Amino acid sequence: MSKRIDVSDLNVYYSDFLAVADVSMAIEERSVTALIGPSGCGKSTFLRTLNRMHEVIPGARVEGKAVMDGRDLYAPEVDPVEVRRQVGMVFQRPNPFPTMSIEENVLAGVRLNNRRISKSDASDLVESSLQGANLWNEVKDRLGRPGSSLSGGQQQRLCIARAIAVKPDILLMDEPCSALDPISTLAIEDLMAELKDEYTIVIVTHNMQQAARVSDRTAFFNIAGTGKPGRLIEMDETSTMFSSPTQKATEDYISGRFG
Amino acid sequence: MAVLSPTRAEKQHDEREPDVKRNQGGIAGRVFQYLSVAAGLTILLTLAAVAGFLVLRAWPALTASPEELQEISWFQGDSLLAYVGPLIFGTLLASLLALLIAVPLSVGIALFISHYAPRALAQALGYVIDLLAAIPSVVYGLWGALWLAPTLDPIFRWMTDFLGFIPLFEGYQPPAKNILTASVVLAVMILPIITAVTREVFLQTPVLHEEAALALGATRWEMVRMAVIPFGRSGVISASMLGLGRALGETMAVLMILSPGFLYSFFLLKPGQHQSIAANIASKFPEASGLSVSALIATGLALFVITLAVNMFARWIISRRSEFSGAN
Amino acid sequence: MTTTTVDPLAGTQTSARRRLPTWSPWAFAAGALVLAFLLMLVLGSPTVATVVATAIVLYAVGLTVTSRVVEGERRATDRLATTLVTLAFGVALIPLISLLWTVVKEGSKQFSVTFLNTNMVGVYGQMTEGGVYHAIMGTLLITLAAAVISVPIGLLTAIYLVEYGQGHLARSITFLVDVMTGIPSIVAGLFAFTLFTMVFGPAYRSGLMGAAALSVLMIPVVIRSVEEMLRLVPNELREAAYALGVPKYLTIIKVVLRTAVAGIVTGVMLAVARVIGETAPLLLTVGIIADVNWDLFDGRMATLPVYAYRQYSQGGIGVDRAWAAALTLIAIVMILNVVARLVSRYFSPKATR
Repeated sequence: MSKRIDVSDLNVYYSDFLAVADVSMAIEERSVTALIGPSGCGKSTFLRTLNRMHEVIPGARVEGKAVMDGRDLYAPEVDPVEVRRQVGMVFQRPNPFPTMSIEENVLAGVRLNNRRISKSDASDLVESSLQGANLWNEVKDRLGRPGSSLSGGQQQRLCIARAIAVKPDILLMDEPCSALDPISTLAIEDLMAELKDEYTIVIVTHNMQQAARVSDRTAFFNIAGTGKPGRLIEMDETSTMFSSPTQKATEDYISGRFG
Repeated sequence: MAVLSPTRAEKQHDEREPDVKRNQGGIAGRVFQYLSVAAGLTILLTLAAVAGFLVLRAWPALTASPEELQEISWFQGDSLLAYVGPLIFGTLLASLLALLIAVPLSVGIALFISHYAPRALAQALGYVIDLLAAIPSVVYGLWGALWLAPTLDPIFRWMTDFLGFIPLFEGYQPPAKNILTASVVLAVMILPIITAVTREVFLQTPVLHEEAALALGATRWEMVRMAVIPFGRSGVISASMLGLGRALGETMAVLMILSPGFLYSFFLLKPGQHQSIAANIASKFPEASGLSVSALIATGLALFVITLAVNMFARWIISRRSEFSGAN
Repeated sequence: MTTTTVDPLAGTQTSARRRLPTWSPWAFAAGALVLAFLLMLVLGSPTVATVVATAIVLYAVGLTVTSRVVEGERRATDRLATTLVTLAFGVALIPLISLLWTVVKEGSKQFSVTFLNTNMVGVYGQMTEGGVYHAIMGTLLITLAAAVISVPIGLLTAIYLVEYGQGHLARSITFLVDVMTGIPSIVAGLFAFTLFTMVFGPAYRSGLMGAAALSVLMIPVVIRSVEEMLRLVPNELREAAYALGVPKYLTIIKVVLRTAVAGIVTGVMLAVARVIGETAPLLLTVGIIADVNWDLFDGRMATLPVYAYRQYSQGGIGVDRAWAAALTLIAIVMILNVVARLVSRYFSPKATR
């Protein structure tokens, strides 16, 4: 179920402005890949190209390839809607649908693809997804309550449950803990360690310690100056990146000399 | 030299007693403040006056006996209630039909402007629809009676010929001076206000929820269904109530289009069936005097009460739905 | 972690669906038009309206069905939704265009400089002379009077609600302003009629009565838009003034109002544009006459909306005059609207635009 993505020579444009240039990387399956770098370096922009969410902004386009399971996500006949079903996303701020209950939230993505799901299958899926997000025990008695009635950390785990309910091949997480308190953050980091058995995870994070804790491989992005495109500077096993990086910029960032 | 910013305690004190700390500016300041309060009180006074004067002037009719009422040449029925009944019916029928036509259209237009048309055009498109609101009601009356009615004539003919077995569509006779034509014109008149409010609400859908839907692999319509419409539901309802309120009070369009009658009738295509309260007042008032004026004003009071009830209901709906509205 | 046997994709379309080329909607539109034209030709009624209506139906059905077969149900529903939503907008344009076109077409029959400069004295029967001069003057006078009443009250009330009011009084007033927005125009007319006839006798008619009725309708509009403008002024500006020792009332006048003035002017002009076309209250209170009446306090006056209605009721040449009066009225309303928006665009401080 989890897949790898091979990105080659990806350039991201907003109309004529080149935001991210020449990214080539391999994202391994069943692993956590962290994208780190200073603000504005394009890591979130790059992340969004992996599920074609950047296209939501008018004028955004991509040159290059992102190949998943032998298929280029950007081939002309590929439907972005289909890509997003296979590549799930969790956002910086938790966004459960406020007018839906917890149960309906989990099933939201599933119902788009399969309207004829039976009630028993649906409740099994809700339970397994909430279990997978480590939220089941806390909400099993109140599945009918609105999604917005949970705390911030619980809402984020609900969003994770919602994302994994459709059994995506890859799970993208855009700074998932930056709006949460430390305890919830820890809960989600533990969750990631469990999820990577089944999913490929790519996480953008501002927090280098978090990257060091959770990821198997880390990619460092940097930007030369305002108005210049962001670039991938270095990518390697996390332990190597944090102990002996090859690029000076990487080392400077990791040791806190800028960022 | 400048005053230091107030401490927290001082600020709290300020908020409770703003006039104590702030420099009043002497007499001029007080006068200005009292003027503004007086203006506010004028509102209270005006509304009390509206209700009071109308009740006062309508009183003779409200307390008159059936014999006295029947001396009015155009009076029908044996009591004020019996007289105003068909009028209320006509008013509600025309307005509800208008709502039925306008709301789906408005929601579609609002969606079009907020989520389907290119964003650069959104404001311009909004202005275009708002133009409909700028047109005076007498012009709508002219257009309805002189352009729309003849245009709808073949359609109504067709309806009565092929759908006439349904009592609603039975018995069309030209000219198309029936309640359906009037409702269509009313629908066009309330379209801009419903669209404007709905459009605002749809535009305020949090991008976060729209992206959540898209990230799950939703098509644009599915995203609208999951994030935009649920968010905007109470807004659509309150917009519809606003539109309803306008339709209930509309006079000229109905006056100029409808050929009046005083029946509780569901024949939408026949002329001479219905009349609205406002159009009735407008047609009879210039010649009325004494008790007939009172009777007409009494019907006006009924209209006022109904419109008030609709507006209050609209506000109640908004407050009820705030839990699930996602407006946090 | 329990493994689930539920496959959320069961019962889905497969992901290997083809997609229609991006130019398909245009192709379908063209094809539908051609087909509709031929169809209507065969059926013997090839008018613009029938061809377009048939083409729309053919387009909607054709595109949706083809999409369903090629792209799958979800994409087809999405395309249908896009079609319907665009159609809704198109339908709204029909009355707008038809109305403006008809007013210009019919109104230009009688519309001329002479028309604008003559009144109706000495015109009767089916004479073709006559104009709206008296009606224009009446409309301007009455609307001006209504503005003179409404703007100070509305402005001061809005100032009270935003700058001074807290507690029960302010809440009641806000509530009542909402109530006032919902007063039907004819009820406002009845009120003005009742008020003045009780004080001045049952036969009293005057422009002032009409202005009073229009004020009842105009005040809540002015209050709401001024309120909005005042609230847009950032609090930091007020606090900067207070910190300099400026008293509250001067802050309001010199800082808040000055910042919001463009928006307030726009709001007032739009409120005027709203009430200038009100017919019902004027029908009841001001009536109509054939000559200009410059006295607001005594006697009936002619106004454009009532003039249009009365001419329409007379029929014959009156209908043409009614259209011309409608054209005049719309022109005035449009000018007001355009000027109001220009004021807003060019005079408001950049931050609040």
